[in-house]
Amino acid sequence: MIEVRNVNKSFDGKQVLKNINLTFEAGKQNLIIGQSGSGKTVLLKCLVGLFEPDNGRILYNDRDFTTMDKNAKKKIRTEIGMLFQGSALFDSMTVMDNVMFPLQMFSEMNVKEQIDRANFCIERVGLADAHNKLPSEISGGMQKRAAIARAISLNPKYLFCDEPNSGLDPKTGVKIDHLIEEITQEYNITTVINTHDMNSVIEHGDIINYVYEGNVWWQGTKDDFLGNDNPELQDFIYSTEILKRIKPKK
Amino acid sequence: MSFFYNFGKYLLLLKDTFKRPLNHRYFFRQVVTEIDAIGLNSLWIVSIISVFIGAVLVIQTGYQMQNPLIPAYTLGYGLRESVILEFSPTIVSLILAGKIGSSIASQIGTMRVTEQIDALDIMGVNSANFLILPKIIAGLLTFPFIVTISMMVSIAGGYLAAVMWDISTSIDFISGLNYWFVPFEIVYAILKATFFSFLITSVSAFHGYYASGGAVDVGKSSTKAVVYSSIALLLSNLIITKIILG
Repeated sequence: MIEVRNVNKSFDGKQVLKNINLTFEAGKQNLIIGQSGSGKTVLLKCLVGLFEPDNGRILYNDRDFTTMDKNAKKKIRTEIGMLFQGSALFDSMTVMDNVMFPLQMFSEMNVKEQIDRANFCIERVGLADAHNKLPSEISGGMQKRAAIARAISLNPKYLFCDEPNSGLDPKTGVKIDHLIEEITQEYNITTVINTHDMNSVIEHGDIINYVYEGNVWWQGTKDDFLGNDNPELQDFIYSTEILKRIKPKK
Repeated sequence: MSFFYNFGKYLLLLKDTFKRPLNHRYFFRQVVTEIDAIGLNSLWIVSIISVFIGAVLVIQTGYQMQNPLIPAYTLGYGLRESVILEFSPTIVSLILAGKIGSSIASQIGTMRVTEQIDALDIMGVNSANFLILPKIIAGLLTFPFIVTISMMVSIAGGYLAAVMWDISTSIDFISGLNYWFVPFEIVYAILKATFFSFLITSVSAFHGYYASGGAVDVGKSSTKAVVYSSIALLLSNLIITKIILG
């Protein structure tokens, strides 16, 4: 479980996050949704430690990430997997080397065990034929899969996904969503997903947090998402013509 | 103000860079890869430039040595001094600042804008140490070697030009090369080259590491890397020369 308590963050005097309080639960897909510029990427970067919050606390299973020293942070980081919007695979390494990388750096496995683990992760995400390919030689969807394989190689307790299906066709996007859902449930991971994709939200949002102008504006589940009575969230959900047409009339 | 801010940032980056690597075996592999990329891949271009510059220096010096009062050995002597003191350590380093500096800055800059550096940081890998230290070590190990090769090739080029076009006899040229030879000059040249390698790799890595935006910005940081590392190199050349030889 991850708890965010009274987190604020400003850049050049402009407050981007305003007193954020959230709880992300284990074994569930916790979604952060919101318009571009609402502060959700900043929130995600604060969670993983790429940005330091101005104040407030971020607790990983009651361990305060914001006040701990570098070594303790390093320990937590080995429990974190992250899927970036652009995959962020190391482009000079093959898929296999990318997945092996965290194992070589942090695990105490011998080489054979590392190779076995990497093979398992690559096969788990359905990339058995792409072991020796460079990221530039595979499709965007395959890159996302490879990035998921790298993210889960160390058996993370926490998985962060920044717009996991952006840039993918709808069908591949759905496959990636399903893969993340399966992995979350299989390993009881606390998964935090930053997304715009309405299909992901409606299908996979165990817990949905709507961020609006730096505030947590609405929280709920996929079951009460479409029928909510929050005007800003309604505007956000039904922003496209096709969704406006199917909007239930009250 | 901006200079002091950036210089402070550069020093802080160096502080993060000079830490114990996380995995020594992996680090050693990276150093070997960088030795190949930074050093061995530069050898051919340095050799080509050096052989031609050596030959041209001899032709130009020979052209100005029509006066019979100037001793015949001056040609070899002049070439040796120019090559050892300035051409091989400084001009070759400037050439390498262009070749290696832009490559380092664009490589690290691309990793920054494609979030590969963020990925390293989130994993708990010290990205500065992981990406920059192998390049600095590879530079420190290979630059003295490249500069030494450049000295030898330049002198060989000069010798060939002198003998081939009858600018000097082989004996006069070789006696010029041996005339009043101070071995410390080689030490001075290698010291300079070693320091320049540190400047080129670290300044270029700094500009790549703090690149932001997209492809255009990576291009800009790559240009800045070459410009600033060249300026730093020329400035330190003056200071080192004044301290050691002045």
